[in-house]
Amino acid sequence: MDAILLQILNGLDKGSAYALIALGLTLIFGTLGVVNFAHGALFMIGAFCAVTLSRLLSLSFVTIDETQTDFLGNPLKVETPYVEAWFGPETGAAIIDWSVPLAILFSIPIMALVGLFMERGLIKYFYKRPHADQILVTFGLAIVLQEIIKYFFGANPIPTPAPDAFAGSLDFGAMIGMDPNVIIYPYWRIVYFLFAAGIIGAVFAFLQFTTFGMVVRAGMADRQTVGLLGINIDKRFTFMFALAAVVAGLAGVMYAPINSPNYHMGMDFLVLSFVVVVVGGMGSLPGAVLAGFLLGILESFASMAQVVALLPGINQIIIYLVAIVILLTRPRGLMGRKGVMES
Amino acid sequence: MLGLNKKDTSLFLLVLVLVVLAPFLLNPFPENSELAQFNAGYPDLMQRFLIFGIFAIGFNILFGLTGYLSFGHAAFLGVGSYAGVWMMKLLTMNVIPAIFMSVIFAGLFSLLVGYISLRRSGIYFSILTLAFAQMSFSLAYSVLTPITNGETGLQLALDDPRILGVSQENGAIPAANLFGLAMRESYELSLGGWLFTFNAGYYLCAVVMMIAFYVAVRIFRSPFGMMLRAVKSNQQRMNFTGLNSRPYTLAAFVISGMYAGLAGGLMVAMDPLAGAERMQWTASGEVVLMTILGGAGTLIGPVLGAGFIKYFENIFSKINDNVLYGWFSALPEGVADFLVFVIHPFIGKGWHLTLGIMFMLIVIFLPGGIMEGVERIGRLFKRKSSDKDSSARASAAPAE
Amino acid sequence: MSLIRKPFNRRSILRAGALGGTALAMPTVFSSRAWSQGYLNEPTGSTVTLGFNVPQTGPYADEGADELRAYQLAVKHLNGEGDGGMLSTFSSKALKGNGILGKKVEYVTGDTQTKSDAARASAKSMIEKDGAIMITGGSSSGVAVAVQALCQEAGVIFMAGLTHSNDTTGKDKKANGFRHFFNSYMSGAALAPVLKNAYGEDRKAYHLTADYNWGYTTEQAVRESTEALGWETVETVKTPLAATDFSAYITPVLQSDADVLVLNHYGGNMVNSLTNAVQFGLRDKQVNGKNFEIIVPLYSRLMAKGAGENVKGIFGSTNWHWSLQDEGSKAFVKSFGQEYGFPPSQAAHTTYVQALLYADACERAGTFNPCGVVEALEGFEFDGLGNGKTLYRAEDHQCFKDVLVVKGKENPSSAFDLLEIVEVTPAAQVTYPPDHPQFAGGALGTCNPGA
Repeated sequence: MDAILLQILNGLDKGSAYALIALGLTLIFGTLGVVNFAHGALFMIGAFCAVTLSRLLSLSFVTIDETQTDFLGNPLKVETPYVEAWFGPETGAAIIDWSVPLAILFSIPIMALVGLFMERGLIKYFYKRPHADQILVTFGLAIVLQEIIKYFFGANPIPTPAPDAFAGSLDFGAMIGMDPNVIIYPYWRIVYFLFAAGIIGAVFAFLQFTTFGMVVRAGMADRQTVGLLGINIDKRFTFMFALAAVVAGLAGVMYAPINSPNYHMGMDFLVLSFVVVVVGGMGSLPGAVLAGFLLGILESFASMAQVVALLPGINQIIIYLVAIVILLTRPRGLMGRKGVMES
Repeated sequence: MLGLNKKDTSLFLLVLVLVVLAPFLLNPFPENSELAQFNAGYPDLMQRFLIFGIFAIGFNILFGLTGYLSFGHAAFLGVGSYAGVWMMKLLTMNVIPAIFMSVIFAGLFSLLVGYISLRRSGIYFSILTLAFAQMSFSLAYSVLTPITNGETGLQLALDDPRILGVSQENGAIPAANLFGLAMRESYELSLGGWLFTFNAGYYLCAVVMMIAFYVAVRIFRSPFGMMLRAVKSNQQRMNFTGLNSRPYTLAAFVISGMYAGLAGGLMVAMDPLAGAERMQWTASGEVVLMTILGGAGTLIGPVLGAGFIKYFENIFSKINDNVLYGWFSALPEGVADFLVFVIHPFIGKGWHLTLGIMFMLIVIFLPGGIMEGVERIGRLFKRKSSDKDSSARASAAPAE
Repeated sequence: MSLIRKPFNRRSILRAGALGGTALAMPTVFSSRAWSQGYLNEPTGSTVTLGFNVPQTGPYADEGADELRAYQLAVKHLNGEGDGGMLSTFSSKALKGNGILGKKVEYVTGDTQTKSDAARASAKSMIEKDGAIMITGGSSSGVAVAVQALCQEAGVIFMAGLTHSNDTTGKDKKANGFRHFFNSYMSGAALAPVLKNAYGEDRKAYHLTADYNWGYTTEQAVRESTEALGWETVETVKTPLAATDFSAYITPVLQSDADVLVLNHYGGNMVNSLTNAVQFGLRDKQVNGKNFEIIVPLYSRLMAKGAGENVKGIFGSTNWHWSLQDEGSKAFVKSFGQEYGFPPSQAAHTTYVQALLYADACERAGTFNPCGVVEALEGFEFDGLGNGKTLYRAEDHQCFKDVLVVKGKENPSSAFDLLEIVEVTPAAQVTYPPDHPQFAGGALGTCNPGA
């Protein structure tokens, strides 16, 4: 029982990452009709926003300490971050410690700009091109983006810890009257889940309750008619692309403390998030979110030792297996509409 | 000739000449010149050009004609490779049974995958094929290790049974051969500063590729090919006329799976090892890229695309700063330093970056792939002779 | 039998001008027996070409870059440039700093992409196109085994880079292949006594193992040597290589009765699983009245950096570390540090040493002929290359030397100072018979000079 509860928790967590990326992909696909293979790269850039900010905050000046030596026997260069010099060691250290949450603010304008440039500079010219061309050009872009990051940050993962206040874990089991230590969950992961839920809620509310969102939804359903009504749908679509980039970026920023960011983390997520989108049904936002959580939870269950003992290798293939079963029983995924991406 | 129309015959002959003379054409620079770095005329790369050419031709039969975008074709190549290596382990080092079994196994596996995946179309089909391929890869890498040798890759050993051959010759594993002609056998021709290598394995690949190409041309021009094109242009209308398109698409799927198996079989014939990464989604993505880059739906485009990507992978990744300094040795030091600094991010470990940029440029400016580029250049020359003729041709040509 | 039948390094032929324009249009057909005296890619000019095949793209690109730095340094030292590095501390004095056998050392580089196919393609182009006489490098066992087999078939020497799986010199060993790096068995044998001292004899271990060959051999090695101490193995779970989030594998650990977690992971897997394990607070827990502990059998400083604070106090083993104070290590760290501004990694060390050992073997053999080199390396005993007295065992081409047990440092003084050496396990303690069950199967075969 507690094992199952734990895996549900794990799944919710993993699922929220899938759901956030899939949500962005679906926004872009649903509004612009573009299959964006560079979406994983946006997630990765978000994570590197956190890395960059923590590097910026720890920019240091060098003083030479004659009493100590470095590995070559030269006097040791001691680095002191500017923020610590400006705000005093304690406040300075606290600012550096909080670099990941601060990176949320830092990343929003950056991701919006990245999204804007991508849409205006490249994607715009591909609205009328076949999906295969869109895949190819965004795939090329993803490679370029990831190589640029690799050039500046190297290939190894870079540790980007959460603030100390979120270190450690919550003894969830003890709270609901079970033995201590049975169900514990790290604070940061709980934050991640709540954050993801908040973002998903905000995007839905935005589309549901604002006029802007209404127009966009109308455009998703029938772009031509909306255009005939004299509404400039293109401008709104640009905005939606930037929004999707911000959602992917925020998912990346918050994910950085969970797994140290590296330049290929986007590609690792890309294929899975596509599977998630398709299982949810192309173009359906609730479908994407539902499928994200569903696959996350199933993946967690499949990795239980008891399950693997029964079906060796199931933890490696569960997502794909589920995708096949769902697509064969529900032709357009869980909540897909007819006629999308089928011709 | 051979049932081909005039245009196809000349294309076929052109390809034949190119393939036969490739050892010359791919080694344009003298051996000791600094540009020798760009020579691609060594056996391994030439074999790869042809093998991936076959793979892409096969993929194009499915994607180019029917429009079904499979993201799992690498799995068939992988299954073919494993079957081929097992034949060499169990039966004989003669490559014929290995290649034959590769095609058979890839065909059977593609029949299974195709039968299930073709129940859906569009992106749902793509994801189904992707799922099958990723499952094959993950399992081959881990739980199927007894059959596939997992991460290390399936390879030959000194104690393999090889019922129709010998386990070892003087403490070494016997060479893959075609009735005694070792695939690694080479003949070298030295002309002035140039050195040309003619490799037995390469010419076996060449013969197989020409057959594969011929079959592909025949399929493209056959009523069956017509039917497949009809599927691409409007499957719904086709269904309304009472035709069931599924057998046709399934046949195309299996044929292209067998081409992939053929490529896998040739790969192990040239180099007897089968690694699981051959089946990863990136490998499936690669053949998609090859086909689109070259020109989907054209006969020769996919082969060019395959050559383009393999050339980058093998030639650009080997250029290092040292080589650059060699090129610029005639320039003043400061200028050479600057040039190396500018070029450095794009070569060696940065070859992915160059490849990514090339993808984008080609897709943006040449929507029809490399073939469109070739055609545009061709048109440019034609325009000089007759303006009218070219415009008529332009509207007709890229329809495929 | 040879992969390519050509008697000479094609570049050197032309450089030497032996054929020049006079041999124009004189096709030369080479049959295997006619050239039985020679060997593949025999250098006839004034230079000799080595092939450095390292991962330049993919997750191990940084490790590959460090290997390449070490190779370039080795080439400098072999050619008599720079401060000579470990040449001065090496017990064999055959190398004079005038190249190898009087020929200047040149090199070509390639990208393995950490995929066996790509690595073989790259190695083949070095052999076929560039006339490389020796291939070296790599950062994973799958690649090492694949390239080693290729070099055996082709008839050149393979000097393995970073490869830790037992199989490289176990069931997949080859006559033309040599490994200086240590292996899974040695990690287990070196770690076990230290773990016993630190954590006692009554422990229950839970293994998480990367689901591929290296993971299997490492799990087996650590399990067998800890069980010999009296530890109990509660559970072993395999994790997919592609996994990035290990929470689903780590949460059940707490529910088992285990009080030690062994992470048989390397690279990105190690960084993520260790980070996750610490996040879940495993190290703050008390189980069976003991502190819960985590062990990482194979440490790499480059990777430890990716896990940041989380490595503190965690035991593991490593082939070499820059803080070693013997003459060889000091000379190497100094020379590398002055060249690049930071200390070398263990990958850099093993590849540098391999390049030197190869060059030295050629000098001692008096030839580049792979069979001569094999003979010179087999049973070779040397010292002064950073790991103390070392033996290249003839039976399996594995180096036997001291193994370092390290621990994540609590108070690092710099960005490189992440690990501290807990114990230098003497070679005798990690030596095993060639027919040890963990290395069973396979045979070296005979050396292949490729002509």
